[in-house]
Amino acid sequence: MILGSINPAVLMAALMVAATPILLAAIGELVVEKAGVLNLGVEGMMIMGACVGFIVAVNTGSPIMGFIGAALGGIALSLLFALLTQALMTNQVASGLALTLFGLGLTALLGQGYVGITPPRTPKLDLGPLSDIPFLGRALFTHDIVVYLTIALVGAVWWFLKYSRAGMILRAVGENHDAAHALGYHVKRVRVFAIMFGGACAGLGGAYLSLIRVPQWTEGMTVGAGWIALALVVFASWRPWRAMAGAYLFGGVVVLQLNLQAAGVRIPVEYLSMSPYLITILVLVIISSGKGRSLNAPGSLNKPFHASS
Amino acid sequence: MIRLEKRKEPSKFWRIANPFLAVVLTMIAGGIMFAMLGKDPFVAIRLIFFDPIFSETFASYSRPQLLIKSAPLILIAVGLAIGFKANVWNIGAEGQYIIGALFGAGVALAFFPQPGWYIFPLMVLAGAFGGFLWAMIPAILKTRFNTNEILVSLLLVYVAERILAAMALGLMRNPDQPGFPGSRDLRRYEAAHNAELIANTGMHWGVVAAFIAVIFAYVIMTRHMLGFHVQLAGQAPRAARFAGVAPARLVVVCLGIAGALAGLAGMFEVSGPGGQVRIEFASGYGFTAIIVAFLGRLNPLGIVLAGFLLGLTYIGGELGQMMLQLPGAAIQVFQGMLLFFLLALDFQTNYRIRLTQGMRA
Repeated sequence: MILGSINPAVLMAALMVAATPILLAAIGELVVEKAGVLNLGVEGMMIMGACVGFIVAVNTGSPIMGFIGAALGGIALSLLFALLTQALMTNQVASGLALTLFGLGLTALLGQGYVGITPPRTPKLDLGPLSDIPFLGRALFTHDIVVYLTIALVGAVWWFLKYSRAGMILRAVGENHDAAHALGYHVKRVRVFAIMFGGACAGLGGAYLSLIRVPQWTEGMTVGAGWIALALVVFASWRPWRAMAGAYLFGGVVVLQLNLQAAGVRIPVEYLSMSPYLITILVLVIISSGKGRSLNAPGSLNKPFHASS
Repeated sequence: MIRLEKRKEPSKFWRIANPFLAVVLTMIAGGIMFAMLGKDPFVAIRLIFFDPIFSETFASYSRPQLLIKSAPLILIAVGLAIGFKANVWNIGAEGQYIIGALFGAGVALAFFPQPGWYIFPLMVLAGAFGGFLWAMIPAILKTRFNTNEILVSLLLVYVAERILAAMALGLMRNPDQPGFPGSRDLRRYEAAHNAELIANTGMHWGVVAAFIAVIFAYVIMTRHMLGFHVQLAGQAPRAARFAGVAPARLVVVCLGIAGALAGLAGMFEVSGPGGQVRIEFASGYGFTAIIVAFLGRLNPLGIVLAGFLLGLTYIGGELGQMMLQLPGAAIQVFQGMLLFFLLALDFQTNYRIRLTQGMRA
């Protein structure tokens, strides 16, 4: 039996690693959408983070500097989106698409001299005796720090949106920007900050791919991870913990598929590697097909705001 | 204080002028980019935009290329534009293009090596049908389950790319050359070859199809009820419902037209300039066509101009790689910038810049 050769603890460990980049990007986009902005440029910001993070890490020899650079790279692209959609009132769908196309091109250009290089290694976090626990130790406590920080970030975003004053203002802006404006909140300022947060998260997610998961730089290496993150936000009905559940579910599919490839199942690799995209579509269909049930989408999502007074 | 004031009606002048202005700004920004790459910006811009058509050394090669590169862009963009007008966002034309090519090539390979006048027409039908089918997936999921067509159509591009790879390595691989990935060369199979109609012009059946599509789209959008419904649904969805527009049917029609046209583009490419089913067959026409549609103001005639311009950048990019060792990705950046500038400039169409003095009221 081929499946017998797959160790569940290793599978679980790999799943968490596979889920982390998408989860990072998704949690960022979740905040952006909660503020009422639809940024379809996640893929572009992710690849930007992957590229800039890789370049910085290779040149400084420090993965931490790499991640910082990646976040800044993501923010830089997201500011372009913010300028277009918030200051110049452009169509959000078109601007997001432009961001993705531009990001893919720009990174192909920037990353030219970096193909085939190995980045500095990110050390695993030493959790001492925890990682010696049978099964759980191998599955949960043998990761790099980014995996844990990402989970912490999900918790922080959940708390921020639910309990903090700033989070409530952000949600108000996303649910009804006219009412928020009437209450004296700065709709555009809130949105620009949310967009920047989304950019930073997408950048970090991209860097996780190029510095830890793969770890290498190749042109267009995100292969749709940004789009899957966007789908994940819908799947999660804009709730942070559900986004995490979704990302881990998705990570499971990716890892299982890779394991089946390695185990030599008699299905061509090309068909196995489609499965993450097909599963994402399937999940989107299931989630959106509930009759009469509201999807919980923010009320002002993808609507431009222009104060008329 | 600088303020934006919403215009009562979008400015007609800026609508027309902005695409031209965007091209100029892209040339300037692109020139700066080339200078930063250590190339002479004036030489690079000339090489990309003028030499493919006017230079005596290159024109004999690159003039025919202009039609070859522009035709698929125009064919795909015309279909996309109808959808964009109705707020139906099909951004997966690249996938529909690939599946169309596979259907067309599949028919050809099934008949190989028989001669027959009917093979090529069958391939055309199969190509359009393949693209149509692939576009029906997001359309039906949208109308039946209310699933977001943007995400589904885009995710299906990645699926289509993998089907393409599976076909090139498996079912459609050339049995006479099993060591190499890729199908038989359709250019060597006369009944299936989408040959040049007039020697050394680049004119092939795909170009003819593109112009027919442009004329049809123009008539539909300006003279036919469907065009009216599309515009109404895009600009005033509520009013559209009162006017009897069935939103679900419109989604299916828009995606269907765009899918069929993208499939046709893929089929004409694989049977002509592309030649065979290979892993690297897809070259991003489906995504560049989005830029073409916007740059052409979603108007069929505008799309022809925009298609030629973007087609030109493909050829100019190749020349730049050859003559100046410009990186190939520079052209992608160029195309991305073009869309950015266009979107940014369009605020002038809808808003007026007002300088107000001192305090805000």
